[in-house]
Amino acid sequence: MSETTDPRVLPTLEIDDTVFETHHTRKFAKRTRYAPRDPRKILCFIPGIIRKIHVAPGRKIKRGDHLLILEAMKMQNDISSPEEGTVKRVHVAVGQMVTKGQLLIEFE
Amino acid sequence: MSIFSKIAELFKRSETVTRAKDTKAYEKQYAMGKLGARDRIQALLDPDSFQEYDLFVEHRCKDFDMGKKQLPGDGVVTGTGTIEGHPVAIFAQDFTVAGGSLGLMHARKITKIMDHAIKLGIPLIGINDSGGARIQEGVDSLAGYGEIFYRNTRASGVIPQISVILGPCAGGAVYSPALTDFVFVVDKISKMFITGPEVIKTVLGEEISMEDLGGARVHTETSGNAHFFAASEIECFAQIKKLTTFIPWNNRKKADSYPAVPPKPGHRIDRVIPEQPTKPYDIRDVIAALCDDSDFLEVHQGWAANIVVGFARLEGETVGIVGNQPAVLAGVLDVDSSDKAARFVRFCDSFNIPLITLVDLPGYLPGVDQEHAGVIRHGAKLLYAYSEATVPKLTVILRKAYGGGYIAMCSRHLGADFVFAWPTAEIAVMGPEGAANIIFKSEIAASPDPNETRKQKVREYTEKFANPYVAAAAGHIDAVINPEETRGSLIHALRISAAKQDVGPVRKHGIPPF
Repeated sequence: MSETTDPRVLPTLEIDDTVFETHHTRKFAKRTRYAPRDPRKILCFIPGIIRKIHVAPGRKIKRGDHLLILEAMKMQNDISSPEEGTVKRVHVAVGQMVTKGQLLIEFE
Repeated sequence: MSIFSKIAELFKRSETVTRAKDTKAYEKQYAMGKLGARDRIQALLDPDSFQEYDLFVEHRCKDFDMGKKQLPGDGVVTGTGTIEGHPVAIFAQDFTVAGGSLGLMHARKITKIMDHAIKLGIPLIGINDSGGARIQEGVDSLAGYGEIFYRNTRASGVIPQISVILGPCAGGAVYSPALTDFVFVVDKISKMFITGPEVIKTVLGEEISMEDLGGARVHTETSGNAHFFAASEIECFAQIKKLTTFIPWNNRKKADSYPAVPPKPGHRIDRVIPEQPTKPYDIRDVIAALCDDSDFLEVHQGWAANIVVGFARLEGETVGIVGNQPAVLAGVLDVDSSDKAARFVRFCDSFNIPLITLVDLPGYLPGVDQEHAGVIRHGAKLLYAYSEATVPKLTVILRKAYGGGYIAMCSRHLGADFVFAWPTAEIAVMGPEGAANIIFKSEIAASPDPNETRKQKVREYTEKFANPYVAAAAGHIDAVINPEETRGSLIHALRISAAKQDVGPVRKHGIPPF
């Protein structure tokens, strides 16, 4: 798949090993490429406010340990760890507003 | 009191409602390029055809000093009239009266006209311009919305329903348009969203303008919530008038017939398709060469442009056309295009409009985003819609018809009544490159010159399978036709299938993969 800025050259789309010359929709051109989840990073899944942080750098974490409380949609969401590891850095502070996809906690 | 003074009193009372203009509110309305509710109805309906209902309805709210407030017509104008001679029921919310807010009586006026439309079997047009629920009326206002949604659903597939968004339409209110068949929006005037920019900012910390969140362009290009985009209200009304000529009054009637007109000269159907199957062309050039007066009313033009859907006439009779668009994303089916086409097919089936499907697609769009967005579920909608449809179904395969895409685009196997193919058609399980790479994988790998062997195998496969004759030999298509004969063949097929009746098994309703 190629995207060009030259209006005389059409972008292309490859399907089943065949390369078609065709315009792209804006939605297609703007699509985000898939990236596998990094198990060392805890990302925010819903916008909200950090209400409590249970961990600090250096702390060893087991799967299921409470990491922090994220208030979103008027609910206190208990965020627990999906993995084992040691906390490298906490990227947020209590009271901070966070958005979807924002990095909250990083493991070593 | 003499009869004259009684008539004079009627005039006086009517004028108090219709002339009770809040000048400031009107100035604001005009400054935004918006017309008043009555002006809009006048502009849309045939001259002198409007009969207003419920002019003297008043709200009954006593809380919060509302008892002292007079709201002319309770903020909505309702009635019946004609468009190009076709009867319609119409309501128009009046933003100059309490911001067009919806209270119980406002809603009752709307539901009354909706009940009328269903009973009389005439299309319903709703002009939405409202700040939302009338907070002072509390839960009564919510009841009003619910009663409208219920009727929108009951009327679905019985009478055509058209929503025109000419102002804000926010919160629960947007679900009425969403339940109707066609949504019209106007640039810079229409605003639709469930939660507004203010709420999004306070709750989520995301800043966005009203226009970028739910303006006309967003809904015609990104969300697909709106079907028709216009630059002005007047242009919007012209689009609605045109649409009403293509659709029937209700599901028991056919759309009106018009005098047959040949396509405009200059549209050469045999010149549209490039020789190389990987080159694009605009499917609308094929449509223009097929239909009466080359006149095609495209629905959902700005959204999922890789499929084209809309209304046209063949020999004066309305048809619904669905065509893959090779000019955009090679005409693939994906989440949005399947959704778009499926909905259009169901409208046509509900309202006795024969379907013409023009096929040229390489298959489904590959990608993680597509799979994760549910292309299985959305793609299935199109299979469901075509299989379920019992109106005459005519299919023309122009060029590529590969794999699952071939099946989905109203193939014989989904109940097409006529399947024509052009000599340029390639009906196969997949494109020659992909097929050769799989079938001759080991031969290509073992060859001293893999590239040359691959090319040769692709050539062999192309010669053998990239044509309409394998499918023709199996009877999957009915005829291979010269492209120039297409209009004639379609007209013949329409005449032959005019009496088609297809009653499926008894059931309450199917369960489409919504």
